[in-house]
Amino acid sequence: MLDTLGMGRLEDLYAQLPNQVVLKGPLNLPAGKSEYEIVDYFRARGAENRHDGPSFLGAGVYRHYRPALVDAVVSRGEFLTSYTPYQAEISQGTLTSIFEFQTMMCQLTGMEVANASMYDGSSAVPEAALMAMRARPGSGRNRVLIARTAHPEYRETLRTYGRFGAIEVEEFGYDRQSGQADLTDLERKLDQRTAAAIVQSPNFFGIVENMKQAAALAHDKGALLVAVFTEAVSLGLLAPPREADIVAGELQSFALAPSYGGPLAGIIACKEPFARQLPGRLAGETKDANGNRAFCLTLAAREQHIRREKATSNICTNQALIALMATVFMAVYGKEGLRELALQNLSKAHYLGGKLRRRFNGPYFNEFVAVVEEPEQVNQRLEHQGIIGGLPLGRFYPELKDAMLLCCTETSRRTDMDAVAAAMSRAEACATL
Amino acid sequence: MIQKVRPHPSQNEPLLFELSSPGKRGYQLPELDVPAADPAVELGGENVRSEIEDFPEVSEVEAIRHFTRLSSWNYGIDLGLYPLGSCTMKYNPRVNEAVARLDGLSWIHPYQSEDLSQGAMEIVAALERALAEITGMDAVTVQPAAGAHGELAGIFLVRAFLESRGNARKRVLVPDSAHGTNPATVRMAGYEVANAASNERGMVDIEALKQMVDEDVAAMMITNPNTLGVFEEEILEIGRILHAKGALLYMDGANMNALAGIARPGDFGVDAMHLNLHKTFSTPHGGGGPGAGPVAVKRFLEPFLPLPRLKRSDAGWRWDYERPQSIGRVRAFYGNFGVLVRALAYIMAHGGDGLKRATLDALLNANYIRKRLEPHYEIAYPTPTMHECVFSDRRQAAHGVGTGAIAKRLIDYGFHPYTVSFPLIVRGALMIEPTETESKRELDLFADAMIAIAQEAEENPELVRTAPHSTRTAKVDEAGAARRPVLKWRRTT
Amino acid sequence: MYPENYRYTKEHEWVRLEGDIGTIGITDYAQKQLGDIVYADLPKAGTIVEQGKAMGSVESVKAVSEIYSPVSGEVIEANERLASAPEMLNQDPHGEAWLVKIRVSRAAEIDGLLSAADYQSFLGAGS
Repeated sequence: MLDTLGMGRLEDLYAQLPNQVVLKGPLNLPAGKSEYEIVDYFRARGAENRHDGPSFLGAGVYRHYRPALVDAVVSRGEFLTSYTPYQAEISQGTLTSIFEFQTMMCQLTGMEVANASMYDGSSAVPEAALMAMRARPGSGRNRVLIARTAHPEYRETLRTYGRFGAIEVEEFGYDRQSGQADLTDLERKLDQRTAAAIVQSPNFFGIVENMKQAAALAHDKGALLVAVFTEAVSLGLLAPPREADIVAGELQSFALAPSYGGPLAGIIACKEPFARQLPGRLAGETKDANGNRAFCLTLAAREQHIRREKATSNICTNQALIALMATVFMAVYGKEGLRELALQNLSKAHYLGGKLRRRFNGPYFNEFVAVVEEPEQVNQRLEHQGIIGGLPLGRFYPELKDAMLLCCTETSRRTDMDAVAAAMSRAEACATL
Repeated sequence: MIQKVRPHPSQNEPLLFELSSPGKRGYQLPELDVPAADPAVELGGENVRSEIEDFPEVSEVEAIRHFTRLSSWNYGIDLGLYPLGSCTMKYNPRVNEAVARLDGLSWIHPYQSEDLSQGAMEIVAALERALAEITGMDAVTVQPAAGAHGELAGIFLVRAFLESRGNARKRVLVPDSAHGTNPATVRMAGYEVANAASNERGMVDIEALKQMVDEDVAAMMITNPNTLGVFEEEILEIGRILHAKGALLYMDGANMNALAGIARPGDFGVDAMHLNLHKTFSTPHGGGGPGAGPVAVKRFLEPFLPLPRLKRSDAGWRWDYERPQSIGRVRAFYGNFGVLVRALAYIMAHGGDGLKRATLDALLNANYIRKRLEPHYEIAYPTPTMHECVFSDRRQAAHGVGTGAIAKRLIDYGFHPYTVSFPLIVRGALMIEPTETESKRELDLFADAMIAIAQEAEENPELVRTAPHSTRTAKVDEAGAARRPVLKWRRTT
Repeated sequence: MYPENYRYTKEHEWVRLEGDIGTIGITDYAQKQLGDIVYADLPKAGTIVEQGKAMGSVESVKAVSEIYSPVSGEVIEANERLASAPEMLNQDPHGEAWLVKIRVSRAAEIDGLLSAADYQSFLGAGS
């Protein structure tokens, strides 16, 4: 091949580079390893993480059983190693499944249009805020209000985007009894400059919010309501946020193991009037030249590769494979299965929640806040039994330093929940001595 | 003449909703070992949904057949070459899939205590070290979820740095050959875009650049080699011009596959850059993601990196949140960890020599393709190219055949199309990047196909214009899809 | 091809003035350049537009083109038929597929625009 090019050495291939920039020696990296050594290395790293045994951590990343079909499907080379489906004629597999995914997202969220995925729930929130601002160009609405009961790291992400992208972000508080967002505080803060109110349900404390009322308050002041979810399984049982204008959420529960927090998969869905403001890819139904049904990426003029600086977002690569995992998951469980799965989650959480002193009295799904002094110590005790306890809340909510967020899913066993209850009541007993 | 393929296998597979029938199930949950909760009681009736209307119900067999049939309608790297420019569609090693799925790496929660997560943190640290070495930069963050996300974080960093110096400035310069994410990112970060023109060699016009750079310019975003596959030979001068006015040089690392092991952006004046792990570092495209977009920076930008950052303590790795100058978070948790694992496995398999070898093969393959095609297609610029090359459809357009039609005809020959109509500065562009994955045999089949199509464009243009002819669907009506968008299935009966 | 009683811009818009109402559209050249048009983003009635400033856009599958208003004034009507049949812009860009009607505020602006003959020379010169 070098002969064809009239070159003598491979190094001639970059002869045009200025001499000063060419590396004179090798990269300082260990020599290439065999497959066996690589597997060995990662197995050893895996062994340095606690991964087996029960865990009661939720807080935006959830432990659910993954049906065997999910990996069987996505491991196929035609899905795993395929490119973004810009060439519709040879990507009908991906496009058809995206269309199914978009449909199921609408069915679950009560929205009319859904995109083909965002990076994750946390970055979907600022994208939704920007969408709400774009929906009323020239209105001067550049402010968003977010509930303090939304995931703390989602709020931080929104603040970062806001700081640089000229979105004014303000928070509204929560009711100390119910654990729900304080809608009186929201009402007070809504004004003519507010583009959207953002409420997560179930919220970070696991409590179900009053979306109807939040929507009414927002709409009354000309703002949109963005509904956020972090636990997709809740959609199997909870009334969807039909009053919202935009929904931004996280689908990790439908697709992936916790994976140390990534990759994940977000979704943005909305009511019809906002469809052209959606960021990300959209698959649409059409016909081919012979009149047969076919699918293609559409409304691409919103996106960066066409609109460039006027695009709805800069997003390009998203989370297509994970959206496919979610589609398979949803197909396996189906209408009845998602409901039964959600019911099991509810039952497990309420079993444990019923045994503990809870901080809030609002309705909760599969997470709740338990009151306990020195939650870190309780976790240490549990760790000796091989159990990972809940999340001590002090790091995110200083006023809740004597509280722990616990999550139970269909994978939580009664014996382990009993052990947690025992450890918590022992701590209570010690505290009252 | 068509050697690689037979007509596409065909199956008229309905949608899940059309296969659905009440009572079918593909799952079985265990018996509850606790009392069943009553949702109306625990949540309040108004919070409970009645049913998920029109949600599908299929059996497990129907599900696996459905998705398997769908998969047979796709092309993938496992099936053959993807000549897509700037996408670096290289082989996705399966050992990477195996290690990413190890329980010890997948069943860990980001909020587990650090003592219980040392293996994961070591992986992040090892990847940061390796990427810093490969790029010649001082510090790396793996938080961004994709290339565009990394670009965004990168420009946020630029802004934060300049703000700390008292003036964020107004504009970011972007070459007219840039990928669309670049100007979109600039806007999202609150800057105006100014386009920098290219010269007749396809490189940034230095004289024009000198005129454009003033104290209102925050940075320039370049891709090097650029989207024409051309190395910016005056890159050191570009850096000097910017730095002299206090502006920064940001590099879009999408074309790192041309540089790994032979040159390092940190050595040619780059202050910050992102990498696409799903390009140079082989993590699978998966039909459009997930990817990961780590950002590498010079020391002076390190304090601004997203938090948390890894730090070493006596007790092992810790996440450090005490970073007052940080731009904050660009997403929750630490990064696309599963993708990071795959990228680290790739780097480990290659080592320094292997990465250089892969780069040389990528350059060799691209230049070989260019040499074979130059007699038949008009090369956009005579300048030497690296890992990709760009042609114009000018010769074929004279017969009424454009780059889009040639691309569709290429499908009949068993290949995925190259990148069509990009970069915008080339009329009717054909952008081709074979990567190091391809053997000479596959490259020759591709070149033969392209040459045959060039001939068809002259002798039988209608055949090319109406392509593809051998796919499961005929040409898809994209205009119709956009005019009357149907974005979800609806029950019609 | 290009009606004599219209005036044209170098950005390929046309305007037809009747009294103080200007009807605005894109030219046949523009629709050819765009290819299959799929959507028109038009300003609502009541919007104030300025000569030379962007007032909306026209999209094809693979491209977006801004529409710059040839004259200043207030939008009194946007062509609603384009919402359900954007392909009209490819079929009849100078007639049925007008974009907006404007109450012109400075009729003298028309004098600065190109006549049909000038526009055709402009096209012929290889714009």
